[in-house]
Amino acid sequence: MAVTPPEQRIWWNEPIERVELVWIVIAFLWGLFMFGFMIAWHFIGQQNLSKEAYRIAPSAYEAKVDEFAKKFTVREEQGIPVVKPKPGTDVYLLGRLWQWWPILELEKGVSYRIHLSSIDWQHGFSLQPVNINISVHPGYEHVISLTPTQSGEFGIICNEFCGIGHHTMTGKIYVTEQKRAEAEQRLAGGR
Amino acid sequence: MTAETVIGAVPAQAEFRTCQYTGLKVDTAAQALIKANAVAAVVFLAIGGLMGLLVALTRWPAVHLLPADWFYLILTGHGANVLLFWIIFFEMAVLYFASAILLNSRLAAPKLAWVGFVMMVVGAIATNVAVLQGDSSVMFTSYPPMKAQPHFYLGLILFAVGALIGCAIFFATLAIAKEEKTYEGSIPLVTFGALTAAIIAVFTIASGAIILIPTWLWSLGLINDIDPLMYKVVWWAMGHSSQQINVSAHVSLWYLTAALLVGAKPLSEKVSRTAFFMYILFLQLASAHHLLADPALDASWKIVNTSYMMYLAVLGSMVHGLTVPGAIESAQRKNGYNRGVFEWLRKSPWGHPAWAGMFLSLVFFGFIGGISGVVLGTEQLNVLMHNTIYVPGHFHGTVVAGTTLAFMGATYLVLPLVFEREILFPKLAKIQPYLFGIGAAGISLFMMGAGTLGVPRRHWDITFSDANLSFAHSAGAFLMMGLNGIFAIIAAIGGILFILVVVGTVFFGEKIKAGHKLTFPLHSGGGAAVSHYGSEKAPKLPGTIILVMIFFVCFVLYYFINWKYLSELWLFR
Ligand SMILES: [Cu+2]
Repeated sequence: MAVTPPEQRIWWNEPIERVELVWIVIAFLWGLFMFGFMIAWHFIGQQNLSKEAYRIAPSAYEAKVDEFAKKFTVREEQGIPVVKPKPGTDVYLLGRLWQWWPILELEKGVSYRIHLSSIDWQHGFSLQPVNINISVHPGYEHVISLTPTQSGEFGIICNEFCGIGHHTMTGKIYVTEQKRAEAEQRLAGGR
Repeated sequence: MTAETVIGAVPAQAEFRTCQYTGLKVDTAAQALIKANAVAAVVFLAIGGLMGLLVALTRWPAVHLLPADWFYLILTGHGANVLLFWIIFFEMAVLYFASAILLNSRLAAPKLAWVGFVMMVVGAIATNVAVLQGDSSVMFTSYPPMKAQPHFYLGLILFAVGALIGCAIFFATLAIAKEEKTYEGSIPLVTFGALTAAIIAVFTIASGAIILIPTWLWSLGLINDIDPLMYKVVWWAMGHSSQQINVSAHVSLWYLTAALLVGAKPLSEKVSRTAFFMYILFLQLASAHHLLADPALDASWKIVNTSYMMYLAVLGSMVHGLTVPGAIESAQRKNGYNRGVFEWLRKSPWGHPAWAGMFLSLVFFGFIGGISGVVLGTEQLNVLMHNTIYVPGHFHGTVVAGTTLAFMGATYLVLPLVFEREILFPKLAKIQPYLFGIGAAGISLFMMGAGTLGVPRRHWDITFSDANLSFAHSAGAFLMMGLNGIFAIIAAIGGILFILVVVGTVFFGEKIKAGHKLTFPLHSGGGAAVSHYGSEKAPKLPGTIILVMIFFVCFVLYYFINWKYLSELWLFR
């Protein structure tokens, strides 16, 4: 029994049951497949998290985001600038107690280099209802090439506990359809 | 060098009694320590479980019980009390049982074991005080730069060192038993499983010390800065591995319960032991699955750490997933339940709470905790559910529906065998594991469902009513959170029944005298080896094969469904 010493002193010489052996082989191959599939997704899939990241002082990041917002602000909403960057360029988003700043306006089908960082505590970038979830750290600037595939209004919420106001930490991304003529021109220009 | 010189002063004499049901020699010093640790475990389960109910009632949008500051405070306390204090106190009891008692040995250095126990109690209280004072709502993960009071970290350190002493006593007891030849041949499988748990515990606690000591100094103002990413990497070497202690411990209890209740014997010792051994080699790496959505970690680092190495540990669990029911089927067929594919299962002792706890734990741990853990630990899929309430959904499947349920089941064996008390309220005891198990499975599934719909974890108000920019979750997400609340109430009723039965039994249960017949009987074979099937001739296990195939199909389907979800997201790289 499992509570008494094994009947055979040298238990590692015991034969393995057939049913056990078959199951071990199946489980092993399945594990191998899952391992391979993660690597394969880097080639066949279009959802792979970027590893591009830089160390940056929170104050330096804040200055960059301010400058970016100043340059491309198109209007204001609830006192927060709505920023419409040029298609395909660098976009900055900042997490702090307790907001995602600024509001972004992007175009559908266009790839942007989104920079993410925090200037105080750890936050969680959670794009909803798309459900893309990324950790955001102070001191690290994470760059993600993001291509919206839907248009409309999207929420960003914080999903890393960051203090008493955590549940009020929201942000917004608008995604607009690009104008047909512009899109064709861009395609012709090889983007 | 003998074990005694390593441990220091050891009383050469120990007092023993002989268990009338198992024939095991019980060192009374070990018995007292098992009692103390089990009682402490149950006290912290009661506190932490109550906190858990308050959390669930707050997250039920229609109820929304607590104010925000209390919610985060209670959530921090819930994590510490159930995930650490309840489980690790119980594991100390398991270690003392699996060493001294299963090996018929005396316990090494019981006095030192008491010192460890007191440290654990003091540490647990200090951390609870810090949490209740309100300045340490940093959550179970306590990531800097968010800071708690110094005694929050100090309590955790004290608790960990106390647990480390318990592990040392366990190793020393194994050495003493071997020296004094209290058993023949190799250690039993259950002890072997406990040994893997203890080895993982040492690694875990060492990682904990490496990260918590500087964090403590930082909270005292002696260190200026803790890099949040570095903190997370080391913290998870403790945080996730500590859950592997649980896996090893509760799998050991599956084997223990199956042995005591139906006389089950492992199909092959080699396979079961190798599966335990794989935990030691590979489980630590699974901890990286909490870092998959973090910046500055390379994709290849993520793949190596969460992937094949992790799947080898998963393989270990999948092997136990066959060998435990296989051993049971084999034993039950020996016991005469040979008709059809499933008579062995139907005629299992379902009315015995230890059995019900063990079997439900086996099923829920595999189907809910295991499969979701693999999906969560897949490099790209993680982006779908990182930090959503899917994550607590997963680990409630592993540590509540899995570990806690298995520990509760084992308690119904500990009460008559170690406390020598007859179970009070046997009717309540019978339904208790089912209530708790169904509640725990429900909260796991509904949290996973809500997480898939984007509901964040550790979040006071998913209506975002005070937020400057509004956002609305889908109606489905609200439904899931409501169902989560309802099943939390079911689990809480199961938990309250458990506390009632255990406390009642410890204080008022009938004292067991010689010749007493147990309400919940053990297998008639008692502690002796009852059969000689197993590795000697190939058993036919059609029932087990069907169960395992159902599991495998669910696993594969769920895995690919998540890839389909992922492929529909915006593109990112
Ligand atoms: Cu936040």
